[in-house]
Amino acid sequence: MDIYYTKDHEWIKVEGRSAIMGISAYAVKQLGDITYVELPETGKELTKSDVVCTVESVKAASDIYAPVTAKVTEVNTSLDASPEKMNESPEEEGWIAKLEISSPDDVNGLMTAEKYEEFVKSLG
Amino acid sequence: MSYCPHTDKEIEKMLRVIGADSVPDLFSDIPDDLRAGELALENGKSEFEVMGKLEKLSANCSAGRISFTGGGFYDHFIPSAVDALSQMSGFLTSYTPYQSECSQGTLQALYEYQTAICRLTGLDGANASVYDGGTALAEGIMMAARKTMRKKIVIDACVNPLYRDIVKTYFSGQGFEILEIAPDGCAVDREKFIKAIDDNTAAVVIQNPNFFGTVDDYSDITAAAHSAGAQAVGSFYPVAMALLKTPAETGFDIATGEGQSLGMPLSFGGPYLGYVAATSACLRNLPGRIVGATCDSEGRRGFVLTLQAREQHIRRERASSNICSNQNLCAIRALIYLSLAGKKGFREVAELSRDKSEYAKELIGKIPSIKIKNTAPTFNEFVFETDLPADTVLEAMSKSGIDAGIALGGFYKGFEKSVLISFTEKSRKEDIDFFARELENFLTERK
Amino acid sequence: MKLIYEKSVEGRKGVRIPVRDVKHYPFLPVDLLRKKPADLPSVSEFNTVRHFSALEKKNFSIDSNFYPLGSCTMKYNPKVLESAANLPGFRNLHPFLSYSARGLEAAQGALEILYNMEKALASLTGMDEISFQPMAGAHGEFAGIKIAAAYHAVRGEHRKIVLVPDTSHGTNPASSAMAGFDVVTIPSDKNGEMDMGEYRKKLNGSVAAVMMTCPNTLGIFNRNIKEVCGLARKAGALTYCDGANMNAVLGKMRPGDAGFDIMHLNMHKTFATPHGGGGPGAGPVCVKKYLSDFLPGEAVRKDDDGRFVIVKRPRSVGRLAPFFGNFGVLVKAYAYILLMGGDGLTDACEKAVLNANYIKAALEKFYELPYKRRCMHECVFSASAQAKKGVRALDIAKFLIDRGFHPPTIYFPLIVKEALMIEPTETESIETMDEFIKIMKEAASLAEEDPEAFKKMPVNSCVGRMDETAAARKLDIKYSK
Repeated sequence: MDIYYTKDHEWIKVEGRSAIMGISAYAVKQLGDITYVELPETGKELTKSDVVCTVESVKAASDIYAPVTAKVTEVNTSLDASPEKMNESPEEEGWIAKLEISSPDDVNGLMTAEKYEEFVKSLG
Repeated sequence: MSYCPHTDKEIEKMLRVIGADSVPDLFSDIPDDLRAGELALENGKSEFEVMGKLEKLSANCSAGRISFTGGGFYDHFIPSAVDALSQMSGFLTSYTPYQSECSQGTLQALYEYQTAICRLTGLDGANASVYDGGTALAEGIMMAARKTMRKKIVIDACVNPLYRDIVKTYFSGQGFEILEIAPDGCAVDREKFIKAIDDNTAAVVIQNPNFFGTVDDYSDITAAAHSAGAQAVGSFYPVAMALLKTPAETGFDIATGEGQSLGMPLSFGGPYLGYVAATSACLRNLPGRIVGATCDSEGRRGFVLTLQAREQHIRRERASSNICSNQNLCAIRALIYLSLAGKKGFREVAELSRDKSEYAKELIGKIPSIKIKNTAPTFNEFVFETDLPADTVLEAMSKSGIDAGIALGGFYKGFEKSVLISFTEKSRKEDIDFFARELENFLTERK
Repeated sequence: MKLIYEKSVEGRKGVRIPVRDVKHYPFLPVDLLRKKPADLPSVSEFNTVRHFSALEKKNFSIDSNFYPLGSCTMKYNPKVLESAANLPGFRNLHPFLSYSARGLEAAQGALEILYNMEKALASLTGMDEISFQPMAGAHGEFAGIKIAAAYHAVRGEHRKIVLVPDTSHGTNPASSAMAGFDVVTIPSDKNGEMDMGEYRKKLNGSVAAVMMTCPNTLGIFNRNIKEVCGLARKAGALTYCDGANMNAVLGKMRPGDAGFDIMHLNMHKTFATPHGGGGPGAGPVCVKKYLSDFLPGEAVRKDDDGRFVIVKRPRSVGRLAPFFGNFGVLVKAYAYILLMGGDGLTDACEKAVLNANYIKAALEKFYELPYKRRCMHECVFSASAQAKKGVRALDIAKFLIDRGFHPPTIYFPLIVKEALMIEPTETESIETMDEFIKIMKEAASLAEEDPEAFKKMPVNSCVGRMDETAAARKLDIKYSK
């Protein structure tokens, strides 16, 4: 699987038309302790840059955006009981949703892991 | 009159530190053309003169007569300790408990208040209050609208007409359809109501006891709401809840209501207390402040404002409500009241209020030209009808020193001769007897 | 400390309920009754008094602590205000009386207060008519935005946008969104005022209203305010003044004269009614003549015989409260206005600004001041220098609690990093402020010398720092036993 990142710090792992998404370790660090994830509904159709869900910490609520145009095929319901998974394992166990990509071309506009690392460095 | 402690010498010293020549200098950012002229207000006065003036105005309000006026706002007994305790500086002159370590008093009291509301309603969680019963109902319906993403509201016209007005104001101009179902006598028109619920319905809205005082079991209506995917939202009189089936037992998702009866004086309309409670599935959707229990680093129990990420100061235009200040002190008063009355006493208040109402119903029901309009059981108020316009009757009773209730003609068609009359544990038997006599005499004389 | 429920003893009775003088009537049908009684506390009256007296001591309050919580105006609340609201004619007056002719007679004194209050507040704000229905500031904002919506609707215009500066209170965008508007945020310029270039760009025919706080939440008086209002008017938009900070200009300038169309006032800020730990407040909404028909609820007028009457407003946005809002709070505010008078209110405003500038001057060498200019009733510092050492605004707040001072507002306005927003109010003496200044300086030096020391604070309060994350993750919002 190839992993890509957005400027808003979402990651997406792509294999053909299926993908899995979440938010990056950097994003999680900025948010602090995550207390709640308002998960999307399975079957929801997302256009690139739509709000997928909202992630809450004690003093913030942040929107998470769709990296690509896609349909939600599964959500990580274990986050309901254990939102801390997002802090502990943001890019593995803390995934948010599985997607079926509608327009694979969207991926082309995203950053590779290396590019994203540079991007994060540039944020200081 | 001024509460500022500054002496001239201190002012001079402060100006030196600031580096300004004079106090007016500090206002130099205000452009000259915006400077206010002379205020059209008198100069200040001492407490003595001001209280003298206010005492006169107070005397010009004839409160304290025999009153059977209710309609959602009741003259219940308020123990002296409610005032004494709620007026203590720590409660009265503190702010919203943002800094938990120096606000544990308010926070623990609110946690206890939320618990009391949950125990009354049988629901899973409550917030720390909203403004009043009407805005609580509007907030409750907004919760349902957010949750269902639907835009139709089916509301029983037996819900307090003032609350229905508030709901209309909150939802106007945003594409919501508010369908009011006219009553069948003094009760909900079941058949029509259930028929009106469909796949677009966000919320069905009911009041128990309803505005006419009628008590009902709405389990069938909440079931109909749920099978259509709608939420059941209700407004419940807390004193009646001491006896009646709880909102949870009747299947409501969201319970709201006016907490004025729990230790708040009538005070010409406010400050009162709106409560909102909900099932666990709706808790993150609640508006306003919520207090939660947690621990400090040494494991000591303490309380904090929690789920703040729903609120306006964090989420701004995407907040669950715009509410900031609520009715905190009123919530604390309600908790103090419920503690003083207690598990047993609170039921006594409810039973006594109902029994006084039953007594009055029996007494005036015997007057030949009077008809009691409620056909179902009532709690502490009911509707009676005479052959005369309600205002004529109320006017006559007023001359005998009795405020005999609310004329319903202004709120409901076909109720022009109907009066809504209410009782609490404070309604004296001798006053009820006097009223019944005066009413009978008046109606007989008019014949 | 134990909860009242944990102190409860089955069978123990509280206060006596009025004696029964009618017989027991048959119970309601059993299918209408709850299965078991609500498990309320079973405690004696004295148990209750002890419990709440103990709780009360766990709060900081203005009566016992300096409480410089910016934007909240924690000034002394004269004790006489409580006596005023508790006068029996006001306290015991049933609001439904106002719905009948005979009831109006019974309510004359209360209606006179509302009538006089409207006149007084109009003269202070430069607005024409007022509705007392809104029960808090945010409720007043909602009323104001509803009025703007109704105004445009009557003119057949579909305007969907409300502009707010990035310094605005969170309630401004929240109130706008609740009324169905889209919110567009305007950034501030380097002076802490709304960026006029950005404002011009965003101001177009879709804008329904522009909401401004005056002075703004940085404690700065926007010198372009008249131009802001003028440009909005040209674009057909209404201007709304969030009056939360009216105490900074009372008697000095009137928002109505600057061109604002609508505003609200906070009785619990400007007019010294107690905050009660977060309400009840009152947030009357004030408008210019041409918008008065839209005000929520009814108007109080004087008829030819000098009687006070209630008049429906023809195009009212509707009802936002059952009657005249938080009347008891309005009585307190009215008493305060009479006590202060025009002279006293102006004096209070001057002293509030004097005190804030004094604290600003005394602390500006110790904390970063993001906007270096004269302030009004509050000053906003940044703890960003301290944060570099690992001491954040929150840590300084906890340090202050340990020293018996309520912290300033922190992390607001959002555009100032590590914001510390200090509003001393006019009723504080120089001794108290000097003590506060000394403690703030100590915090700054401790941040240099021993930043780690802050992490354990507070230690002098009844509890230490709370685990807020755990509170939000594992919700415990009611006692269950």
